[in-house]
Amino acid sequence: MKILDDAGSPESLALANGSGAAAILSAGIGCFSLAVLAIAGDTSAVVKSGLIFYRATGPLSGVTTVAILVWLCTWGVLEWRWRRKTVALRRVSLVSLLLLGLGFLLTFPPIAELF
Amino acid sequence: MGITVRGFWTLIHGMGFGALYLLACSGALVELYRFTTGRARTESTAGDERFLRAYLITMVVLAWAAVLTGTYVVYPWYRATAPLGTVDLAMFPQQLLMSHPTTATWHSLGMEWKEHVGWFTPISITMAAFIFIKYGRDLREHRHLRAAVLWFTVASFVAAGVAGFFGAMIDKYAPVQGGRAIQLTGEGER
Repeated sequence: MKILDDAGSPESLALANGSGAAAILSAGIGCFSLAVLAIAGDTSAVVKSGLIFYRATGPLSGVTTVAILVWLCTWGVLEWRWRRKTVALRRVSLVSLLLLGLGFLLTFPPIAELF
Repeated sequence: MGITVRGFWTLIHGMGFGALYLLACSGALVELYRFTTGRARTESTAGDERFLRAYLITMVVLAWAAVLTGTYVVYPWYRATAPLGTVDLAMFPQQLLMSHPTTATWHSLGMEWKEHVGWFTPISITMAAFIFIKYGRDLREHRHLRAAVLWFTVASFVAAGVAGFFGAMIDKYAPVQGGRAIQLTGEGER
């Protein structure tokens, strides 16, 4: 998948969009990973017990903490790689919104229970 | 008139952070759209940009405060397990809801969705605020970036709305209560 655009487009005359693209894609990945972790915790007893970081809150503490770490780490890496680049933002936005939409669907209990 | 400590924290979480966030969403969407599309009748000033930055940062703080108090303060009281043989489940909201078929779905669908989807709100609005602070008026030159920021802000509103709706309904059928009583007015007052 070609993500990086050649410089010279009208957008590249303004601030490079790579930093924004990194923030958007990592937010989509963060939301999606939270949904996947929630399903994994519900379907596997081992994963569920591994996700109990704070006993009073139960597996939700691990699901959210790991998802936040995934989001922030992805953001950091993408920011480092893309901050001075102009990327194919339309594609990045579509993928991010798709991941966000899947996150909404996969956290919805009637759909989550299918797994 | 009084309130328990648990009831107070539930109020802070839902009516304080959560409801304020929901109220702020419509303003943020309108201002982000107006500011970044340049469709305002008058040119936005540096002061307008500063105001919107502060507004979005406040929303970020509200969103994080809502999910953190919800997950780490209120939720443990909600999911507390009643000792074996407990008849009165009033202090154990999750089990109270699950004990009756007409209220069980508020937990199995409502709370199960709310506890996860609510976290999309701080992630989305933090991203939107970061991009606005970084790009400011330059967003007018980045159509796709602007669209993504607006869509994620809408998503944060929807996620907060889902969490807020189920939170309010669950608290109606099985309120989180207990702890020390806080007296709000004098005992003799009617």
